[in-house]
Amino acid sequence: MEVNQYLEMFIEESKEHLQACSEHLLELEKNPDDLAIVGEIFRSAHTLKGMSATMGFEDLADLTHKMENVLDAIRNEKIHVTPEILDVVFESVDHLEEMVMDIANGGDGKRDVSSTVAQLKRIELGEEAIPEVVATIAAPVVESVLEYDSFEQTVITQSAEQGFNAFEISVTLREDCLLKAARVFMVFEILEKDGDVIKSSPSVEKLEDEQFDQQFYVAFVTKTSAEDMQKKLMKVSEVDEVIVTVIDQRKFSEKEFEAHQEVAATVTAVAEVAAIPTDTPTAKAEPVAKPVKEATPAKTDKNHAPVGNKTIRVNIERLDILMNLFEELVIDRGRLQSISTEVNHGELNETVERMSRVMGDLQTIILTMRMVPVETVFNRFPKMIRQLSRDLNKKINLEIIGAETELDRTVIDEIGDPLVHLIRNSVDHGIENPTARRAKGKPEEGTVVLRAYHSGNYVFIEIEDDGAGINREKVLAKAISKGIVTQEQSYSMSDKQINELILASGFSTADVISDVSGRGVGLDVVKTTIESLGGNISIESTQDVGSIFSIQLPLTLSIISVMLVEIEKEIYAIPLSSIIETSIIRSSEIMNAHNQKVIDFRGKVVPLVFLEEIFEVPRQEHQDEEFHSVVIVRKGEKLAGLVVDSFIGQQEIVLKSLGNYLTNIFAISGATILGNGKVALIVDCNALIK
Amino acid sequence: MTNAVEQESIKVIVFQLADKEYAIPVSHVQGIEKLMHITRVPKTAKYVKGVINLRGVVTPIVDLRERFELPISEHEETTRIIIISLEDMEVGFVVDSANDVIDIPASAIEPQPEVVGSLEEEFISGVAKVEKRLLILLHLEKVLNPLK
Repeated sequence: MEVNQYLEMFIEESKEHLQACSEHLLELEKNPDDLAIVGEIFRSAHTLKGMSATMGFEDLADLTHKMENVLDAIRNEKIHVTPEILDVVFESVDHLEEMVMDIANGGDGKRDVSSTVAQLKRIELGEEAIPEVVATIAAPVVESVLEYDSFEQTVITQSAEQGFNAFEISVTLREDCLLKAARVFMVFEILEKDGDVIKSSPSVEKLEDEQFDQQFYVAFVTKTSAEDMQKKLMKVSEVDEVIVTVIDQRKFSEKEFEAHQEVAATVTAVAEVAAIPTDTPTAKAEPVAKPVKEATPAKTDKNHAPVGNKTIRVNIERLDILMNLFEELVIDRGRLQSISTEVNHGELNETVERMSRVMGDLQTIILTMRMVPVETVFNRFPKMIRQLSRDLNKKINLEIIGAETELDRTVIDEIGDPLVHLIRNSVDHGIENPTARRAKGKPEEGTVVLRAYHSGNYVFIEIEDDGAGINREKVLAKAISKGIVTQEQSYSMSDKQINELILASGFSTADVISDVSGRGVGLDVVKTTIESLGGNISIESTQDVGSIFSIQLPLTLSIISVMLVEIEKEIYAIPLSSIIETSIIRSSEIMNAHNQKVIDFRGKVVPLVFLEEIFEVPRQEHQDEEFHSVVIVRKGEKLAGLVVDSFIGQQEIVLKSLGNYLTNIFAISGATILGNGKVALIVDCNALIK
Repeated sequence: MTNAVEQESIKVIVFQLADKEYAIPVSHVQGIEKLMHITRVPKTAKYVKGVINLRGVVTPIVDLRERFELPISEHEETTRIIIISLEDMEVGFVVDSANDVIDIPASAIEPQPEVVGSLEEEFISGVAKVEKRLLILLHLEKVLNPLK
C-alpha cells in the first residue's frame, strides 16, 4: 500500500535517472577520459539502485548494481573506457528502461538480462587486477551519497567553526547479519555519545525497519577524530566495515553560492578554514577522496542549475480532467453567448462579455500548463542515432536545436513515432556511407539537425541532413512504375511535388530493403499521422546537398477557432487556420475551366467547391441565387473556394472526435458541440483541396 | 442440463422494432434516451443517421430499422435511442420503443432457428422464449460491423 503511493514518483524519477545516464554515457563516449562524467553516471545508477531496492524491484536493483560495479571500476581507473564496454553499459540502460516501462505499465519489471549481466561481470572481473580486496574498499565510496539541504549545510559549517569535525560515515554490516535494526541502534548509540547525527541515508525510520541492504550512511559532527570514531564503531559486532570521510564543505559552499549569493561569501570563507581538517582524512578514505574532489566541480554546476524553478509535479490525468471540464465550460459559454444575444439585456451582455474575457485568460493558462518541451521526445534520439550509425557503419553527428520549444501534450504523445521514422529515413537513405561521402568531397561525418521552433500559432519541427538528397529522376521513375503518377502528370510537376511523392503510400526508393527504415509503408504513415494532428509536412531537397523535412504542427489540438457556416439547415465549422478570407461573389463571376467551376480571386484562378454537393445536403427546393458566399481556404500554397449558403460567425470551439464507430469520413475531421447543444461537423479543408 | 446452468440468467433490455421484440444484455447498455436532434453526417452508410450530443460526448446513431432493412416508419413519441457500448465504441440505436428489463434464464435461450431469408438473421445470436414472448437476442458485434 505504502509502496503504491510512491510508485508513480519512483517511475518518474527512475526515468529521469535513466535519461541522465544515457545523456552522460553519450558525453562519455565523446570524452572517454573524463572521470567526472563517470561519477555522474555512477550517481544516477546508485540512486536508481537504492530506489528500486526499496520498491522491491529486485531485477532492476540487481542489474543496476552490476552496472554500478563496472562504472565504479572505471571511475577508479581499474578499467579503461572502451567502445565495447560502453556498448554493454548502453545495453544495460536499455534493459533498465524497458524494466521501468514495464513497471509503469503495471508489470513487475522482470526481464531476462542474464547475457547483459554476464557481460557486465566479465568486464568487471576480466580487467580487474586485484578483484576482491580492492572492490570492497572501492565500493563504499562515500562521495556525495548524502545530499544536504541548506539547513544541514549551515549546521555542518557552523559546527566546523566551533571546532567540530564533520564526517560522513559509511557503515557496512556483515551479509549474514540477522539483527540489522539492533546493529543500527548500537551504531547510533555510539555516535550519539560522541556527537550529533545530522542526517542518515536511508532515513532513521527506514533503518529501524531494516529497509536497507548492508550499508548505510550517516552525517555526523563530533570532536572525536576520524580514526577514533572508526575504531569505536568497528567494535559493534556484525559490522563489516566502517569508513569515515570528512565532509567536503567546499562542495556545498559552491551550491550555496548559486542559491543565495549573499550567504555564499561567508560560507566560502568558512569553507576555506574548514578545508584544513580536510587534509587529514582517515588512512582508508584517502585514496578514495581524490577522485571525489575532482568530480565535485562538474557536479555542482550541473545539478543545481534549476534551483530557482519552483515546480510541482501534477498527474497528467488531472490536467486532462481540468481540460475536459474547461471544454464543458467553453460549450456553456457558447450557449450563454447565444442566449444573451437573444435576450439583449444590457447587464447580462456585459457579464457574459467579461466572463468570456476571463475564460480566454483561463484558457491560455490551462493550455500552457499542458505544454511540454519537445525535449521529452527529442532526448531519445541521440541514443538512437548512435545505435543506427553503428548498425549502418555510417558516421553521424546529431545536432538538436530548440529542444525547449513547447507543444501540447497530446501532440507530443503522437509526434514521437513519426519523428523516429523520419530520422531513420534521413540516416538510412539520406546520409551516405563514409566512402561515398569522401568521393563527393563531403566530410566523412554526416550531420542530422533536429530543429524545433515556434512561429505564429504553429510549431515547426525540421529534420535536416546533409546527405544525398532526393534523386528526382529515381523518384519519378519509381512513382510512375508504381502507378502513383502518370507519365503525363510528371511533366507538369514541380520539384517540391516530386519530393513529396516519397510520402505517397506504396513508395520506397531504397534499393535494398533495410531493417532501419521501413519497407515502403513508412513515410505515408508519417504523413497521415501528422495530418491527423492538424499539421502538415513538406520536403525540400537538393541532390547531393541534403534534404529538409519540415513538419508544421498546431500549438494545441483541443480548442480551435472556427468560422461557422450554414448550408440549408446544417451548420458546419471551418477551422480559421485554413481560412484566408471570405467573400461574396456574383453568379456571373463563376467561370468554367475543364468542367471545374472557378473564380478569379485577386488575380489567381481558384476552384470552387460546392459544399452542398460534397456533403449531399438535402434541399427542399433548388435555388438559383444571384450571390454566393465563398470561404477561401488554403492548403499549403493551393487555394479553394468553399461555397456555402451563409456565414454565421467566428467562434472558439472544442474539438471532439466522432468516436470509434465512424472513422474516415470524407472531408470531416471531427465534430463540436454548439451553443444550442447541437452537434456541428468540422470541415477538413485538406481533403477538399487536391 | 445441470442445476447451476439453469439458475444462471442474463438481464436484458427489451425493445420493439416492427412488431418484434429484441433483447440486448444490460451490460452493454449505457442508457436509454428520448429522441433528440441528430446531426446528419454526410457520406456514411444509409443506416447511420448521424451524431447526437450525449451530455458532451458526440455519439453516432444507427437506425436499426434501416440496418435490418425493415420498412421505415416515422419517429414517434415512443421512439427511443438505446446507447450501446461495445469494446471501445459507443453507438446509439434508434428503436420503436424500449419498455422492459427482464431476466432470461440461460436455459430459455436457443440458437437461432434456421430460417431462410431476412437480412436480420445474421445479426441474431439466439432467441429466447419467456412466458409466451419470443425475444430475439442481437449479436452486437455483427450489428456494428460494416456489411461485407
